[in-house]
Amino acid sequence: MAINEETVKQVAKLAKLEIKEEDIQTFTTEMDSIIDMVEQLEELDTEGVEGTYHGISHHNVWREDKAEEGTDKEALFKNVKTRKDGYIEVPAMFDNGGSEA
Amino acid sequence: MNLETVIGLEVHVELKTDSKMFSPSPAHFGAEPNTNTNVIDWGHPGVLPVVNKRAIEFGMKAALALNCKIATHTKFDRKNYFYPDNPKAYQISQFDQPIGYDGWIDIEVNGEAKRIRIERVHLEEDAGKNMHGEDGASYVDLNRQGTPLIEIVSEADMRSPEEAHAYLETIKQLIQFTKVSDVKMQEGSMRCDANISLRPFGQEEFGTKAEIKNLNSFSYVKKGLEYEINRQEKVLNAGGELQQETRRYDETTGGTLLMRTKEGSSDYRYFPEPDIPNLEISEEWISKVRASLPEMPKERQARYVKEYGIPEYDAVVLTATVEMSDFFQETVEYGADPKQASNWLMGEVSAYVNSEQVELSETALTPKSLAEMINLIADGTISSKIAKKVFKELVTKGSDDVKVFVEEKGLVQLSDPSKLLPLITDTLDKNEQSIEDYKNGKDRALGFLVGQVMKQTRGQANPGIVNKLLKEELDKR
Amino acid sequence: MNFLDYTLEELHEKLVNKEVTAVDLVEASYKRIEETDESVGAFLGLNKEDALKAARETDEKGIDPDNILSGLPIGIKDNILTKDVVTTAASKMLEDFVPVYDATVVEKLKAVGMITIGKLNMDEFAMGGSTENSAYKLTRNPWDLNKVPGGSSGGSAAAVAAGQVPVSLGSDTGGSVREPAAFTGLVGVKPTYGRVSRYGLIAFGSSLDQIGPFTRTVKDNALVLNAISGYDSKDSTSYHGETTDFTEGIDKGVKGLRIGVPKEYYNEDAKEDGVIKAVREALDLYEKMGAEIVEVSLPHSKYGIPAYYIIASSEASSNLQRFDGIRYGYRSENVESLEDIYVKSRSEGFGLEVKRRIMLGTFSLSSGFYDAHFKKAAQARTLIRNDFDKVFKEVDVLVAPTTTTTAFDIGGKIDDPLAMYMSDILTVPVNLAGVPSLSVPCGFSNDMPVGMQIIGKHFDEQMMYRVAYAFEKETDHLSRKPSLKGGA
Repeated sequence: MAINEETVKQVAKLAKLEIKEEDIQTFTTEMDSIIDMVEQLEELDTEGVEGTYHGISHHNVWREDKAEEGTDKEALFKNVKTRKDGYIEVPAMFDNGGSEA
Repeated sequence: MNLETVIGLEVHVELKTDSKMFSPSPAHFGAEPNTNTNVIDWGHPGVLPVVNKRAIEFGMKAALALNCKIATHTKFDRKNYFYPDNPKAYQISQFDQPIGYDGWIDIEVNGEAKRIRIERVHLEEDAGKNMHGEDGASYVDLNRQGTPLIEIVSEADMRSPEEAHAYLETIKQLIQFTKVSDVKMQEGSMRCDANISLRPFGQEEFGTKAEIKNLNSFSYVKKGLEYEINRQEKVLNAGGELQQETRRYDETTGGTLLMRTKEGSSDYRYFPEPDIPNLEISEEWISKVRASLPEMPKERQARYVKEYGIPEYDAVVLTATVEMSDFFQETVEYGADPKQASNWLMGEVSAYVNSEQVELSETALTPKSLAEMINLIADGTISSKIAKKVFKELVTKGSDDVKVFVEEKGLVQLSDPSKLLPLITDTLDKNEQSIEDYKNGKDRALGFLVGQVMKQTRGQANPGIVNKLLKEELDKR
Repeated sequence: MNFLDYTLEELHEKLVNKEVTAVDLVEASYKRIEETDESVGAFLGLNKEDALKAARETDEKGIDPDNILSGLPIGIKDNILTKDVVTTAASKMLEDFVPVYDATVVEKLKAVGMITIGKLNMDEFAMGGSTENSAYKLTRNPWDLNKVPGGSSGGSAAAVAAGQVPVSLGSDTGGSVREPAAFTGLVGVKPTYGRVSRYGLIAFGSSLDQIGPFTRTVKDNALVLNAISGYDSKDSTSYHGETTDFTEGIDKGVKGLRIGVPKEYYNEDAKEDGVIKAVREALDLYEKMGAEIVEVSLPHSKYGIPAYYIIASSEASSNLQRFDGIRYGYRSENVESLEDIYVKSRSEGFGLEVKRRIMLGTFSLSSGFYDAHFKKAAQARTLIRNDFDKVFKEVDVLVAPTTTTTAFDIGGKIDDPLAMYMSDILTVPVNLAGVPSLSVPCGFSNDMPVGMQIIGKHFDEQMMYRVAYAFEKETDHLSRKPSLKGGA
């Protein structure tokens, strides 16, 4: 058993997902067999092999610094469920978190 | 227990580009909420980031100004976390290959110099802004989302809040000279988080640290760190143990509040950003950016002393900000005597700017007008007393040609002896007693007579010349 | 008017000769959809009014004789953004999402005058190989309505196979165009990564995703790829090279070409030997036509499945975080806190398979597992890619079965995620390597179509189309048409 229910719960928390208590066992078993499968990679010798993280190997792609007008605000708000005075409204944040930036 | 403070700072600086880091929407301040945004900033499905080349260049420039090495292979990574001001739920940042690394700056505290090492300078995008309402709701404005940022991470080399303060001041000064950012803490274009821990003197190992967020002014940095030293000291001295935690500076109490402990800390799941190809920075490009770096404060100070012959103290004060330093140089280039220019900038100009709480650039004063005024004083066209009046005009209303201005306003000094002599004769005729006093060795009499002449000319007479002519005339009597 | 009877060039000729109008074609498309989609279930949404308006405008303007695609109907997979037309990625999460912009491919289709008929069903967020993971409906295989059309672009495949549209767009992250093309007897392409802009494609595995067309013939396919490919300044991973005409030299034949046969792709435990048999027959035909058949080895391809599921799921776990119920998309009704918005909206909005992939990806990136999972998979990817680079020094193309079996029964694998994942075994290495691959019909097994993939070198789709075209010309698989029968 590579993972247990506790791990599944922790991962779900990171992913902001809720796995129902009655599903957790099935989910864990499934996840476990999937993780077993992907861990076949362990047998592969990758010593000194660079990873490939992009679909294409070119580099230095950029644009010149020239501002263009933003997207029409009303168009952007079309899909917003709750708004107020030009802001997107969300429930208050209790964690006192603040962004990381 | 005698404890040593260990501080490292993480400083975020917003880069002054036209467009955002990864999207072409405007990176400008002051717009209505959610107007300087596009589908990329909003993290709509299907959108992709495209790097702003100038942001890379600005990042390099800043890193070079902080004596960093520049990475020739670098890349962007995703930092994953959920927050309403972070629309994609990941921030594009740099994880293990920052654009700049291994830098240092020199700071000075109480006349003692110290070198603080800089671990890294990396590029990333800023988040939007959350406004907390009183109605149980928060309001999100994404205008700031995607603004280019650099994060400057120091080594844990500082040993007091004063050193942290000096480090921050120096970072601000150096970045300001490169002109890649406004570096204004009050406007949020420079922000600071601190890592702080205590350890017994002599111990090599670091103590348990706390990360303090939201230290967003120079005074908060000092107050927050002082508070934190106190808090940690109390725990340790009482034999307690600290836990690694993230705290937040509370500007209303001046203290720090617990945000989360290490167990509750996020797992950011960094991985290379697949949407942005890697960057290969050529030595040629690095040299080019290095060559474009302006003269930095230390170099300028040395040159001012050597070339302009001004005291070192003046040179240091004048290079405290790039704005002042540039202003000074231009004033000198317009022909003003360097020492006079320095005196005015450090004196009247600074006093005005401080009392009015404005930036030098927000006044009507220009290097040209200041230089013209200084030259008019030097050639005797106006008196220093009148000059104060002229300065008031120049700093509030401005003038394209100070000479024409003083002539039109009738502020020109009366220096012509043929015009002054009749007035002097007249004054002497009316003040027999003063002549006698003068002859009896009472120096004050001469001052009184000069004053009378000045009064008659409503202050426009050149006091030096009046003095000289009066003496000559007195001797004749 | 049945689109199964004509190639795009033939339809174009009819338009130019005024035998039909663009309005006729659009109406024929909707008529066919009306007649067949109740049993096939290819479309999630139709935009009849806009399509007819566009067709009328095209007719008024007159058909440009030099623009083969002008006035032709097309269906679009529902993970490709269409401005003002609801785009759901077959997820409850986006049930009412109205895009603010057109994907670059949609802009390009509009520029050549193609007319979008509607949005096509798929596995939710393109995760799956049967289209059974759609939150909205089941799509059936027109060759046997009891069988799946493949996935994730099952709607795109079924619509063309059922003659509802002459062409459609799909997306391929691990085989999502090629597998359904094979299952429904169509030509489907996964272009070289970077060939087609991803801007406006709802991202699944960002370093793997490519958009590609489904058509009935090889040349049709090349023509549509011509229209949608090219550098896009909005996609930093799009290819900067010159644009290519993929039909150029398409009829040069295969004489003297070297066709590689990767042995690992034939050594399946052959649950269905009809598939390998059909492909072997194709190889014999190539040999007869003068190609040299060379056995080669891609030894690391067997690690394709684990590497793919880690990489695609990790990228997906990050890409799908933006679906948080705040700026667009589904928001749970019963929310009191911010955490509620996140957790409840995502838990109710995403389907089971999407959650599985998010969980796997989140796990693979989490601290403590990153090196053994994500990094290891990225290294395996390098080895897989190196294998391709190496064999392509010796051969012009590779030929292999697209799938190990023909289309399977609806419900046959849905409760066994691992079995479902394994069906991608022959397609995922291509995505990991970034090379192009075209699946073409090469025969039948148990009366169901068999697909073979022709894999090209990076950015050498021309050769791939040329080899496919030579085969299509010498065979008669197109004459057999789906029955639209069975089950349901």
